[in-house]
Amino acid sequence: MKRIYCAASLVSLLFAGLASAAETINAAGASFPAPIYQKWFEEYKAKTGVAINYQGNGSSAGIKLLTDGTVDFAASDVPMTDDQIKAVKIKPLHFPTVLGAVVLTYNIPGVTADVQLSGPTIADIYLGAITKWNDPRIAADNKGIKLPATDIVVVHRSDGSGTTGIFTDYLAKVSPAWEKKVGRGNSVQWPTGLGGAQNAGVAGLVKQTPGSIGYVELIYAVQNKMGYASVKNAAGKFVKPSFEGVTAAAAGMKEMPEDFRVSIANGPGDKTYPISSFTWMLIPSQISDPAKKKAITGFLTWMLTEGQKDAQALSYAPLPPAVVAKEKKQIALIK
Amino acid sequence: MASTAAAQPQLKKTGSTGFLSRLRGGDEVARLITLLFATSVLIVTALLITELWVSSGPSREKFGFSFLTSTTWNPVTDEFGAWPFLYGTIVTSVVALLISVPIGVGAAIYLAELAGGAWSDALTFLVELLASVPSVIYGLLAIFTIVPMMREFIGPALKTVFGSVPLVQDLVAGPVYGVGYLTASIVLAIMIFPYIISVSREALMAVPREQREAALALGATKWESTWQIVVPFARLGIIGSVFLGFARALGETMAVTMVIGNDNNIHASLLSPGNTIPAILASEFNEASGKLHPSALIELGLVLFLLTLILNGLARLLILVTTRKGSARA
Amino acid sequence: MTFRNAYRKAVNNVMLTLTGVCAVITVSTLFIILAYLVYNGGKSVNLDFFIKLPLGTGETGGGMANAIVGSGEIILFASLIGIPIGFFTGVYLSEWGGQGSVYSFVVRYMNDLLNGVPSIVIGIFAATVLVKPLHHFSAIAGGFALSLMLIPITAKNTEQFLSEVPRALREGSYALGATKWRTIASVVVPAARKGIMTGIILGVARISGESAPLLFTSFNNQVWSNGIQDPVASLPVMIYSHAISPYDDWHRQAWAAGLVLLVLVLIANIAARLILTRGSSPGRG
Repeated sequence: MKRIYCAASLVSLLFAGLASAAETINAAGASFPAPIYQKWFEEYKAKTGVAINYQGNGSSAGIKLLTDGTVDFAASDVPMTDDQIKAVKIKPLHFPTVLGAVVLTYNIPGVTADVQLSGPTIADIYLGAITKWNDPRIAADNKGIKLPATDIVVVHRSDGSGTTGIFTDYLAKVSPAWEKKVGRGNSVQWPTGLGGAQNAGVAGLVKQTPGSIGYVELIYAVQNKMGYASVKNAAGKFVKPSFEGVTAAAAGMKEMPEDFRVSIANGPGDKTYPISSFTWMLIPSQISDPAKKKAITGFLTWMLTEGQKDAQALSYAPLPPAVVAKEKKQIALIK
Repeated sequence: MASTAAAQPQLKKTGSTGFLSRLRGGDEVARLITLLFATSVLIVTALLITELWVSSGPSREKFGFSFLTSTTWNPVTDEFGAWPFLYGTIVTSVVALLISVPIGVGAAIYLAELAGGAWSDALTFLVELLASVPSVIYGLLAIFTIVPMMREFIGPALKTVFGSVPLVQDLVAGPVYGVGYLTASIVLAIMIFPYIISVSREALMAVPREQREAALALGATKWESTWQIVVPFARLGIIGSVFLGFARALGETMAVTMVIGNDNNIHASLLSPGNTIPAILASEFNEASGKLHPSALIELGLVLFLLTLILNGLARLLILVTTRKGSARA
Repeated sequence: MTFRNAYRKAVNNVMLTLTGVCAVITVSTLFIILAYLVYNGGKSVNLDFFIKLPLGTGETGGGMANAIVGSGEIILFASLIGIPIGFFTGVYLSEWGGQGSVYSFVVRYMNDLLNGVPSIVIGIFAATVLVKPLHHFSAIAGGFALSLMLIPITAKNTEQFLSEVPRALREGSYALGATKWRTIASVVVPAARKGIMTGIILGVARISGESAPLLFTSFNNQVWSNGIQDPVASLPVMIYSHAISPYDDWHRQAWAAGLVLLVLVLIANIAARLILTRGSSPGRG
């Protein structure tokens, strides 16, 4: 028995040692920007020693955890609604971090060429109205590509997601049928399809399932060498999602509102990729722990300057300079 | 020796002078301490049930019993119904039992009737080790083995065989996704093997020797004696093992979440994706906000709890009845 | 008649062979699982796996050091809470709670009830009573959730092995003038030591692979946990998040983590079995 006690006390000493590491900030939310956030947090840790634990478990989870006060800050791909903001004890501030694209990634055996899709077609695929890859409506936009007569396996998110929010917002803008039957939201009642957890889960299912189509942030398709579709924009042009397409979407934005809550889905411009969006960090306007406040504001400042340089390598678009300037002013509002 | 003799009457005396001296002797202290721990088990379990009941209050008040039958699950409009999940949970578990029970009982017959003592014990131990494999590992394996197998071979094969048989064809209709009800059922079937086998084997072994010998003496083959005499004799125990496996399958979370497909619609086809109560809890509990959504999820938890409670109770009752009967006659 | 006999004999042979096939299928499952994990994860169980932190989404390399320590931490808390409560509850039920006592019937019943609660429901409970009010995902909350699964296993097992200790041993001790608690502490519990230890080992092995309750309690962590009040990574949760991802390198790590976890659990189970079978006669303690 004594030996067990000795072992137990040794183990607890070990944990105590590990526990006294440097300051850690806990954050959670959107999985859409998770690849760049994790890169940022690694770099920032190497630079300053401040460790930020970010769990990309979905925008809805991020907002919920922020509301409960379970995390130090959250991230979302869809701005919070007024009601959501009201529900949080300490008013959160929206900080756009980068822009990204929601892409339609697919796994069609035998098809290597880029598939082109228009908004209403995507809506009908997700409504379950188009069920075969060789459906005439898909074929009409894809002359020259021989699409197989296989079933389309629709993949969507199983958790509440800002990526879903951006995607359904876009579908509701381009398809009245979608707006009527399903509507927009972070978690909607899907008429058909498989559910995957987070961007990674959707990409995982699409990668594994022949005949499938899913929506993820561009980087998830790029990193996994999965095909992704060109989507017809408001100007009637098919645009392949890319850094440039998203940058064009940002440039098409008229005016950034004071609270940074904005949607740029289906924006104007020939080069605009239509399912583009800002993504936000939601930072409490009051941080009582001075060490945490310093760490978080320090990170935001770094992210708006140095951090922006990482964006393009991961297929995200950096913020327009005007937005950066505006955000720097907002950092001062964190008390 | 002298000291023992002296202690003896003293013990008697303390016993009779009541609480205070027992307290001094340490007995009462020990009793109170252990009682305290035992009470904490009571409290924590009671708290768990209360918590499930109270936290599901808003949802119970809003939806009433229609919660169980409604198929809408829409966080946007705050409408919640449990049926797709209840259906998925029950279907996956029942199909798992249909796969697991014949194989499991067969294996139990082999282990109880044919394999010799030490050999049987060793094999049973190996089967019981299956119960210790973490659920998430079953999920990991299933994603990379059973799901592709389902899509490439099992699904298409089932469609060819049953695709045009009336009534059954609905069960294999539609595209083969790989993930879905049947995939989850296969994983669950493997996970409940150890429960079925170990409990059924116990029940079979508790059947008195004379029963077998009498049958064999009358000219029955080994199989006839086993199937017509021994198995019916142990049937309550075997049914108990089925309930136990059922209860286990109902509450299984991770492995199912990873292969069920997470589709909140109900499909007749077993090859289609669906969802179960534990799976939706795993996906949505961390993010549910507002008043109704978390409450509806907790009510799902309450429903699941009640289901397993009933099945576990039935299982324990049946196992108790058979082992009593067996040992009484042995 | 002979045809009928031949038919019966054939049925006999076929059916008995089939039961053997069933046994082979079920017994071999374990070996298939183990072999598949070794095949896919064996190469990735290297030094990096044990000493490095996980890297960001889609990057290659890194390890699961924080998840290994995190799992250890959570299991330690679960044991610190669960083992004493379970053990003393078992002692109470066996030594003071006779068959007639209503109170011990209720405790026994509630204990069985707790044992049957699905793990995900335990997770919900722990999250509502610990995480939400305290505003922290934490190793402690994870440990508390898992302890709720450990308590009933330990209590039931302890009670069973204690009640199997022969009456004669207790009476001998009373005859020597020992009080009841002394008898329990120095005679009864030591006599049942092996059985109790086995139960505890099996219980701890059982909870160490649980992931469902941890999703809502200890959560997950990319880096080293800041302390017991903070979210912490654990092997089962890491396996889950890596398995569903599209990244080959994450799959590789999930296999490695699965292999490590399974081997630890199997070792614990086999060790428990050995303790119980080797000299299990209560007298020798």
